[in-house]
Amino acid sequence: MTGGAAPTRIDHVIDPAERPGHLVKPGAEPIVKASAIEKNFDDNHVLRGCSMTVYPGETVTILGRSGSGKSTFLRCLNFLEEPTAGVVDIAGVVVEADPLRQNRDRDTTARIRQLRLRAGMLFQEFNLFPHLTVLGNLIEAPVHVKGMHKKEATELAETYLAKVGLSEKRDEYPSRLSGGQRQRVAIARALTMEPEVLLFDEPTSALDPSLVGEVLKVMESLAHEGRTMIVVTHEMAFAREAADRVYFMDEGQFVEIGPPEQVISNPRDERTRTFLKRFLHGGGADRGPAAAEPVASEDSPGVPGVPGSSGSIELDV
Amino acid sequence: MSFAGGAGMSANQLLVAEISAERQRRSRRWRLAFLATWAVIVAGLVLFILVTVNVDTAFLQQTIPFILAGVPITLFLAVTSIFFATILAALGALGRLSRNPYLNGIASFYVSFFRGTPLLLQILFIYLALPQAGIVLPAVPTAIVALSLNYGSYMTEVFRSGIEAVPHGQTEAAQSLGMTSRTTFRRIIAPQAFRIVTPAVGNDFISMIKDSSLASVVGVQEILWRAQTAGRPSFQSMQTLLVAAFIYWVLTILFSLFQNRLERRMATGDRVSSRRP
Repeated sequence: MTGGAAPTRIDHVIDPAERPGHLVKPGAEPIVKASAIEKNFDDNHVLRGCSMTVYPGETVTILGRSGSGKSTFLRCLNFLEEPTAGVVDIAGVVVEADPLRQNRDRDTTARIRQLRLRAGMLFQEFNLFPHLTVLGNLIEAPVHVKGMHKKEATELAETYLAKVGLSEKRDEYPSRLSGGQRQRVAIARALTMEPEVLLFDEPTSALDPSLVGEVLKVMESLAHEGRTMIVVTHEMAFAREAADRVYFMDEGQFVEIGPPEQVISNPRDERTRTFLKRFLHGGGADRGPAAAEPVASEDSPGVPGVPGSSGSIELDV
Repeated sequence: MSFAGGAGMSANQLLVAEISAERQRRSRRWRLAFLATWAVIVAGLVLFILVTVNVDTAFLQQTIPFILAGVPITLFLAVTSIFFATILAALGALGRLSRNPYLNGIASFYVSFFRGTPLLLQILFIYLALPQAGIVLPAVPTAIVALSLNYGSYMTEVFRSGIEAVPHGQTEAAQSLGMTSRTTFRRIIAPQAFRIVTPAVGNDFISMIKDSSLASVVGVQEILWRAQTAGRPSFQSMQTLLVAAFIYWVLTILFSLFQNRLERRMATGDRVSSRRP
């Protein structure tokens, strides 16, 4: 795609551990280490050796075109997608990719479960349980996975429900909530499991633009209170303001990694520049990308650069 | 602006009142036509019977209680069989969805065979053929086994598609919360699939009430057997079979009413999936 520049394997060139975000204490141990993740869907080589290192308290956003592999990478982190190759280490739980294990052995299954307990996941489609009330959604896993007492789980759930500002919706069913409220409930549900890392897979992409703000507000407050978050998003404003570091992905590789002021405002990689040009042209960016030229839309004309009015720009086909 | 509305209604309020009155008139007319159609058909049938048959009231007074005594037997067959069919269907659906080739093979053979052969043949086979292999079942268990196996095979596919109809995101959400496959199925998938298949199971039960009449061929003394037995000696089958038909009809109507209420109650909570609108 990008002007014929041959994709090179650069995962070994950029060491993601090189530039931890500013919140990270010196000498801190990383909490997420994903090494050389590969993913093929049959012949389609979606991830080509992606590595990521995240330190406790960091918020990392993954940016990139639709279809560049961002979501797949995130889903590989908790093995919702089994990587073709690579190793994931979250808070000391290490799982190696083994695409041939169809019926995973008990030990691996248990470790993948441990991995998932340490990494709460938020989905584009929220995926609340429609047959359970809001409270039921929140306490389901604490009770049936952790074996917590219902009373204890309820207290915990109520704390987190208050945190996302939905205490009064406790007994409603998800169908009676707005999209933004559903995603906030989903966040509270993930928090109630007290994971060490939160994975967000385009959490606002399915939302009506007017509802994006309330979800981003919750996410920002989580970022500011020092939660470790990995966020796949198209929300530039969020990436710029809440992220400690930005990973830019193109064609299944991280081509640029760094603090948002570098990656978003001053990208070094040609591909990042092309993406941002299309994306931010005409609005949103207070400080436009360095090489701001007129929109070059010679490739993929189907993806228009939509100027957002309030920084909520979507790029979803 | 007129004051015809009396109570100081505005023109718009009058218009709205007129519209709703007209709507009510129309819907009343519709219902009247609907009921009239039924009345004509039923009257026609009654007339046909009165003209063609000598209604023997003394005979009917004797036979109606005799046929009605088959109702508990019919219901017993249907209820017991739908119970076992549900269990078979649940197991069958799990088998059809299993990654284990042996379980999947067994389940798909079961569905293929019992859906692919007539229920009447299955009843006769169990009752008449199995004794040659040394397996002798009395008439009532024969009917129950055949109905359960046959309906179980149909319902297996219903259950399977019900489970598959639960959006995949539900599984992903459950698993990313650390649930095992078993917990995910038991707590998240099964309850939603159950709601999806309830109407279909209700329909199957209604069919079952009627198909249980096939048990008459092996001598189970249910409604149809009694109607045949009572009518045949004196060539009065028209009356006895009509009585039997009427009884089946009433039973299915009663159950449909019950089913509607059940479904309305199950609709609390919601069926709306969290899929993208």
